[in-house]
Amino acid sequence: MICLGIEGTAHSIGVGVVKDVKGKCKVLSNLIKTYKPEKGGIHPREAANHHGLHIAALIRDSVQQAAVNISAVDLVSFSQGPGLGPCLRTVATAARALSLSLEKPLIGVNHCVAHLEIGRGTIHECTDPVLLYVSGANTQVIAFAEGKYRVFGETLDVGIGNCLDKFGRTLGLEFPCGPRIEQLSERGTLYLPLPYSIKGMDIAFSGLLTSAEEYVRKGHPVEDVCYSLQETSFAMLTEVTERAMAHTEKQEVLLGGGVASNQRLRIMVETMATARGASFFVPRKELCVDNGAMIAWLGLVMYASGVRMSLDESVINQRFRTDMVEVTWRD
Amino acid sequence: MTKNILYRGAEAEIHLATYMGRTVVQKQRVVKRYRIKELDSWLIASRTKEEAKLMTEARSYGVSVPIIYDVDLAGGIITMEYVAGQRIKDILNTMEHQTRKEICRNIGRNIARLHNHDIIHGDITTSNMILLQDRIYFIDFGLGCKNSELEAKGVDLHVLMEAFESTHSKYSSCFQDVFSGYSERYDGDASLVKLKIEDIVRRGRYR
Repeated sequence: MICLGIEGTAHSIGVGVVKDVKGKCKVLSNLIKTYKPEKGGIHPREAANHHGLHIAALIRDSVQQAAVNISAVDLVSFSQGPGLGPCLRTVATAARALSLSLEKPLIGVNHCVAHLEIGRGTIHECTDPVLLYVSGANTQVIAFAEGKYRVFGETLDVGIGNCLDKFGRTLGLEFPCGPRIEQLSERGTLYLPLPYSIKGMDIAFSGLLTSAEEYVRKGHPVEDVCYSLQETSFAMLTEVTERAMAHTEKQEVLLGGGVASNQRLRIMVETMATARGASFFVPRKELCVDNGAMIAWLGLVMYASGVRMSLDESVINQRFRTDMVEVTWRD
Repeated sequence: MTKNILYRGAEAEIHLATYMGRTVVQKQRVVKRYRIKELDSWLIASRTKEEAKLMTEARSYGVSVPIIYDVDLAGGIITMEYVAGQRIKDILNTMEHQTRKEICRNIGRNIARLHNHDIIHGDITTSNMILLQDRIYFIDFGLGCKNSELEAKGVDLHVLMEAFESTHSKYSSCFQDVFSGYSERYDGDASLVKLKIEDIVRRGRYR
């Protein structure tokens, strides 16, 4: 079975084509275009316009790169939520149009669950992980329990990527700020204490962000502040992930989301996993960030397990929570 | 002193040991190599200290907690009474309906006793409660603090609500039972705490 998936929950529009090979995911193509605001954060309408502008060409190029005939596509899937309304609507409209014109079934999928399933689908040994999903808007610790993907811990205010971006903007860095903060932090030497805010398995970043900005305002070297910001926030993330692993008694950890590209975070989570005797997995970079292949793969997995979606049910949901998905494809 | 490991948690190892002739539990916070030393040492010492303080205080307000025998800040070790009961997490799903209801109410009453004195447990989950005979022992105050704000009490209860949703999802009324027990004993206005919890839920992503 071959599925074409369209992702567009936030700043990226992606189209991927995947194929099922003995229950594992073979990515045939996975093209992404990212909207970059001239200043400030994402403007939802501008992002949606950006997606609308590129979507047709991306579908064409993605099918071409996959080296399949468009008629060989068996299923069309799209990111139904959570995300920015205008972006979701643009993508849903394109997916519906494609499904109708190809006369192939349509399926809407949960973006957060897709981040987890692409790990299970593309990494052989990864079967039952705790996912640390770290992106701009989302920071969640997700694992399968009692028939659903449940959120064991999450941010109580902003996502970690958003926290890094907000801090980066005060330094005048370009969006996305994470990679630049990572570079700066490598030259940091002095640890400046920052609020370490863990509540059960939940975390909060706003106090830490304010304190970090305060250090900059007081004239501390930017490198030291970046270093301290990363060390503190990533230690919090690693700690809640470990708590979820202990709580669920799972032996695998998977990283996902754009911030999973950060080398320091990878090392910290891997060190934690190794000390617990657990396995550590991280998908290839283009499968960590928002992408169409993960949407295609989850659509395929759901369809194969018997899930069907009518046109009426394909309405988008900006607040589509991870634990709202009935997981029909796992025991 | 002999040691054998009882449980390996996320941040600490629980050993069964002998201390001055009695069987005791030693909670030892372990060094986490993933975080830098400055942060690690500070977290271990401050959490050990805070935990011991809160446990002693909670006990004085009538909440069952293990008796503390010794605290070693630098080593991150608390030596305490061994409570040979069962974790609520392990037995809640299989117990009889009426018993479960009563246990949940009892949990609520105890949380109210803590909150009446501004003790925030910080990690109220069913893994952190032990049932021995008819008493519920609260353990692991490692993320606790003293805080009189409604927000802190709301977040404290919200953690338990999430634990019920993820671990005891078949018994959706559990949290209501906890809250009814809480309302019985809470000295302040419990309806304000309830509103605060609803506020915290809505604040969560995609609610």
